[in-house]
Amino acid sequence: MKKDVLDITDLDETRLVELDNYIDKITGDPEEELIHVLHFAQQQFGYLPHNLQRYVAKRLDLPSATVNGVVTFYSLFSEEPRGKYTISVCMGTACFVKGADKVLERILELTGSEKGKMSEDGLFTVEDVRCIGACGLAPVLTINEKVYGNVGVEDVDDIIRQYKRSGRRED
Amino acid sequence: MKIDSLESLRQWREKLPPVESKKLTLYACAGTSCLSSDSDLLIERLRERIKAEPLEAEVELVRTGCVRFCGLGPVLLLEPEGVAYGKVTLKDVDEIVDEHLKRGNIVERLLYEDPEAGLVKSTQEMGFYKKQKRIALKNCGRIDPWRIEHYIKQDGYEALGIALSEMTSQEVVEIIKQSGLRGRGGGGFPTGRKWEFTLQESSDEKYIICNADEGDPGAFMDRSIIEGDPHTLIEAMAIGAYATGANQGYIYIRAEYATSIEPLRAALDDAREHGFLGKDLFGSGFDFDIEIKLGAGAFVCGEETALIHSMEGQRGEPTTKPPFPSQRGFRGKPSTVNNVETFANIPQILLNGPEWFASVGTEGSKGTKVFALAGNVKNIGLVEVPMGITFNEIVYEIGGGPSGKEPVKAVQIGGPSGGVITKEHFDTPIDYDSLDAIGAMMGSGGLIVMDETSDMVEIAKFYLDFTQDESCGKCTPCRVGTKRMYEILDRLTEMEGVPEDLQRLRMLGENIQLASLCGLGQSAPNPVLSTLDAFPDEYMAYAYRTKRTAYAIDADLCIGCTKCKRVCPVDCIEGEVRETHIIDEAACTACGACYSVCPKDAIIRP
Repeated sequence: MKKDVLDITDLDETRLVELDNYIDKITGDPEEELIHVLHFAQQQFGYLPHNLQRYVAKRLDLPSATVNGVVTFYSLFSEEPRGKYTISVCMGTACFVKGADKVLERILELTGSEKGKMSEDGLFTVEDVRCIGACGLAPVLTINEKVYGNVGVEDVDDIIRQYKRSGRRED
Repeated sequence: MKIDSLESLRQWREKLPPVESKKLTLYACAGTSCLSSDSDLLIERLRERIKAEPLEAEVELVRTGCVRFCGLGPVLLLEPEGVAYGKVTLKDVDEIVDEHLKRGNIVERLLYEDPEAGLVKSTQEMGFYKKQKRIALKNCGRIDPWRIEHYIKQDGYEALGIALSEMTSQEVVEIIKQSGLRGRGGGGFPTGRKWEFTLQESSDEKYIICNADEGDPGAFMDRSIIEGDPHTLIEAMAIGAYATGANQGYIYIRAEYATSIEPLRAALDDAREHGFLGKDLFGSGFDFDIEIKLGAGAFVCGEETALIHSMEGQRGEPTTKPPFPSQRGFRGKPSTVNNVETFANIPQILLNGPEWFASVGTEGSKGTKVFALAGNVKNIGLVEVPMGITFNEIVYEIGGGPSGKEPVKAVQIGGPSGGVITKEHFDTPIDYDSLDAIGAMMGSGGLIVMDETSDMVEIAKFYLDFTQDESCGKCTPCRVGTKRMYEILDRLTEMEGVPEDLQRLRMLGENIQLASLCGLGQSAPNPVLSTLDAFPDEYMAYAYRTKRTAYAIDADLCIGCTKCKRVCPVDCIEGEVRETHIIDEAACTACGACYSVCPKDAIIRP
C-alpha cells in the first residue's frame, strides 16, 4: 500500500504559524477545543481543505476522520474555498422567465468561474438559489447581503466591474 | 474595585446616580434590528450634537439593547415624557436636537400613528406596550449593557449577594420550585426540579450550562437578552451554580451570533473585575466562573444532549435520555442546562419572592413569556406577556391587527417544532397546559401571524424544508422520514400529488413523532400535521389538483388603469388603457404583485 504523506506545502506558512500558536495555547482537553480550533483555522485560511484538516488532526492528536466528521457536520465550516463575494442569482420562475439564466451565464463568463466554485482571482463564488421572494424585482441577485433588482444582462458588466475594483483595492 | 460582601455592593449602589438622573434621558436602541437600519450612526451623530451644543448637563444619552418595537426601528425613547420616535434617520437628528432637546417641542412627524387613536405621544398609551409585563426583559432597553454601573443601580447582583450570604443551596432551589418557573426553551420542564436533580448528585465536579443556541428562524428573544442585559444572565448562572453545586459555567452560543459575543465577553470581564465571577464571591468562599463555547451552525445543537456533545468538540448529535444531563452531562459530570430566558427570570424571583412571581400567569404556568411577534401584523417586535394572555390580545391589541387589507387567518407558534392556531382558538389562554390541550405547544417564542393570503401547505413545506435540512442524520425516522414528507409536500405543491399522499403524510408524521431519537425529529412533523388538521381543504385542493394557481381579474371591477400590467414580472397581463385586463393563467406565477397594486380590488386571488 502506498503511504499517504501529509503534504502541506501549499498552505501559507505565516498562517500555519498563527494556527500553531493558537493550538499551543490550549490548556485543557484538545478534543474539546476542536470546534474553536477549526473556527480559527477557517478564519486564517478562508476554508478547510483536507490537508489542513489532517494537519489539525495531527496537532490535536485526533483521528483525521474525527476532524472531518466535525467539519462536515456543521454548516459554517466549508471544505471548498469561497470567494470574497458570494453572488446568488435567483432562479425562481419569475426571475427565470425574465432571463435570469442569461444573467447567470454572463456573470460566470465575466468572473471566469464555474457555478459553485471560487473564481481564480479569489473574488467570487457564483451560485443559483431558489426563489428569494422578491418577484416584483425580477431578475434578482444578491451579492453578500446586498440585493440587486431588475438586473438585465446589460447591467451585469457594471456590477461585476465595480466589485472587481473594490475587491482589488482592499487587497 | 472588587466587591467582597453584600454590604460593599449596597454601598457602591448607594453612591451611583440613577440612570435617569438628568432632565431628559434619551434611550437609543442598538438592538440587532435597529442596528441593521444604521442606529449606530444615528447614536454617534446624536452624541456629537449633544456634546457640541452643549446639552450634556441636561440630556443623558443611553445606548440600550432592544426596546422591542422592532417594526419602528431605529427607535428613540425620551423619558420622563415617554415619547417614542420611530424610523428615525440621520436627517432627523438636527430637528430632534433643536426642537425637542433644546426647546421641549415634540417632533410630531416621527411619532407612532395609531389607526384609531392618531398620533401617540407616550409609550404608556401604545397598545403595543400596554399589555406587556416585563420580568425577563426588565432591564432590556432601559440600561446601557456596556456599563455595569447601570445594572448595579437596577439592583444588579443583589440577588446573588443575598443567595450567597444568607441562603443554602437547598433554600435557593426551594424558592425556584415555589415560583413555578418552567423552562422557556420549549420543553417547559420545571426549573426548580431540574436544579434539585443536579444538587442531589454527588460528584467532584458539576457544571451549569446556558443554552444560547437560539435556532428557530425568526426568533431573537435570547439574543436580545444577551445583547441588552448580559449581566442578568451572568448573575443568574452564578445563582444556578450555587444552587446546584457547580463551580464552572458555560454559555453555548451559536456562531451566527458573532455580534452578541462581544458585549457578552465585555460583561464577563467586567463581572470578573468587580468580583462577581472568580474566587470567593461575596466573601462566601464560593468560586464560580463562566466560559463561552461557540457552535458552528447546527440547529440540532439546541437539544441538550446534542449541545453537550458539541461543547465537547464533537458532532452535535443527540443521545438517548436517560442518563439525563443532571446525572451524566458535560465531561460525564452532572450538568444543568437552562435556556437564556429561563435564566433571565431567576434574579427577579429571588429579589421579589416566589409568591410575587407565582401571582403572574395561570395555575400551571407562572410568570411571563417572551415572543418574537412577526408576519402579517402591524406591530412587529419582541413582546413579553403574562402567561394566560390570549392570542386575540396579542394579535389585535399588542400587534394592532393585520398589516394588510386581508383578515388574520391563523398564528404559527413555536416555529419548525410548533403548529398553527386557527381563529376559533384565538381565545385560548397562552400557557403550557392550554396549548397542550388544543394540540399545540409553547415552543421557544416564535409567533408568526398569517393572513388570508397565506398558503398553509407552502408554509408547512417551508418549515419541513428547514427541519429536513437540519436533521442531524443519526436516527432513521427523522433523517429519512422528514425527507420523504418534504418530497410529498413538494409533489403536492407542484400539482403532481395524489389524494393518498395526505394519508401518507399523516402516517409518516405520526411515526416520526413516535420513533425519533430527540426533540427535533419528534416535533418536526408538527407544522404539517397541525395544518393538515386545521386546513384540510387546502391540502385537498392540491391533492385533487383543483387548486387554482393563477390570479384572475374581475371584469366588473377592473377600470383598465394598467397598474397590474406594469408590475407583472412575467408580462402575462394583457389589456389596453381603460379596458378590462386579462391574466394569462398559464403564464401566471402567482407572485401577487398585481394583487397588491390594484386600486379597485379587482384581482382575484387563487
